[in-house]
Amino acid sequence: MILLRLYWEFFKTGLFSIGGGLATLPFLYEMQARTGWFTVNDVANMVAVSESTPGPMGINMATYVGFTIAGIPGAIIAVLGEVAPAIFIIYIIGKILQKFKENKYIQYAMYGLRAASAGLIFVAGLQVAKIAFLRTDLYNQTHSIASLFNPLAIVLGIAVAVIYKLTNKHPIIYILASGVVGVLLSL
Amino acid sequence: MREYWELFITFARIGGFTFGGGYAMLPILQRDVVETKHWATEEELMDYYAIGQCTPGIIAVNTATFVGSKRKGFLGGLIATLGMVAPSLVVISIIAAFINNFSEIVWVQHALAGIRVCVCVLVFDAVLKLAKKSLVDAATYIIFGAMILASLFTNVQTFVWVIVAGIAGVAIKSLMEKAKPKKASSDADNDRQGGEK
Repeated sequence: MILLRLYWEFFKTGLFSIGGGLATLPFLYEMQARTGWFTVNDVANMVAVSESTPGPMGINMATYVGFTIAGIPGAIIAVLGEVAPAIFIIYIIGKILQKFKENKYIQYAMYGLRAASAGLIFVAGLQVAKIAFLRTDLYNQTHSIASLFNPLAIVLGIAVAVIYKLTNKHPIIYILASGVVGVLLSL
Repeated sequence: MREYWELFITFARIGGFTFGGGYAMLPILQRDVVETKHWATEEELMDYYAIGQCTPGIIAVNTATFVGSKRKGFLGGLIATLGMVAPSLVVISIIAAFINNFSEIVWVQHALAGIRVCVCVLVFDAVLKLAKKSLVDAATYIIFGAMILASLFTNVQTFVWVIVAGIAGVAIKSLMEKAKPKKASSDADNDRQGGEK
């Protein structure tokens, strides 16, 4: 019975949250207030764990909530509920897209959408850059520009960029290597 | 059967090494789905990403469903999605069961700091690649710039701007198309427009 309710709660979240992982956050708070399945503190902890583990954030959070409430079956059910609406909706949109691929107006819309996509990804990159290369909390204390930049991170960033351009191996290799370097340098 | 397995494994690998949101998986998607397997083109990836922004659900999952169902119909979409979420299920369940305060462990924080730097570099590289394909004229550069400013400096939800960009695409292209034949037969065109007024 709890599994059924869990499925339904995450089905709703998957259906109404538009725009990626963090968009599910308001739904989690609402779910918390209404069901009392977990505490507000739990939500903060879930966000922290979801951000520091691989996988899409929305899925990580659904897993965490589901597991907290009903163990492994709960985790699976919550994730299935979360992705079910999208699978049907995207499948249908994909079909329509394939059918009208040659349509002039669809192509015109895509012309605008692709440029917008590039812009959005650029902004996402900026937001990561802010956390990765800047120390805003330290800057807020000292107000000196020198303390704003994280020199080790900048050196690592340049190194990754150069090595990636030169060797061009699979991105996963650089991600893993950078994680190791981060530990070694206490970044 | 092998193709379903390949879909599952490919997306499981993407899910297992994506740190951050949907954008963070873009470099791996480009490599695996576009360059190695040729399951989608760079342009299609952009379309999926834009559409994923304004449809319900998580962008990473939406992209997996798009690619999977294009390859192998509904079942393909389902299997690609299950692959995408499988690593999360395993990793998060283990952490939730055994490790308290995982995100506060010092070496985890250091590793993440390193990974973030790397993801950032890879994402900007991915944007450069995408920009070459999607920024083809002045209008697309303007949409690109406007999108950046809009998402940095307004509080309007992103999907609204994405829809605006799609409408702008239709409007701009339609106008460009109208403008073109005008040059060839501008007299006739002007006459007709004058007549309509």
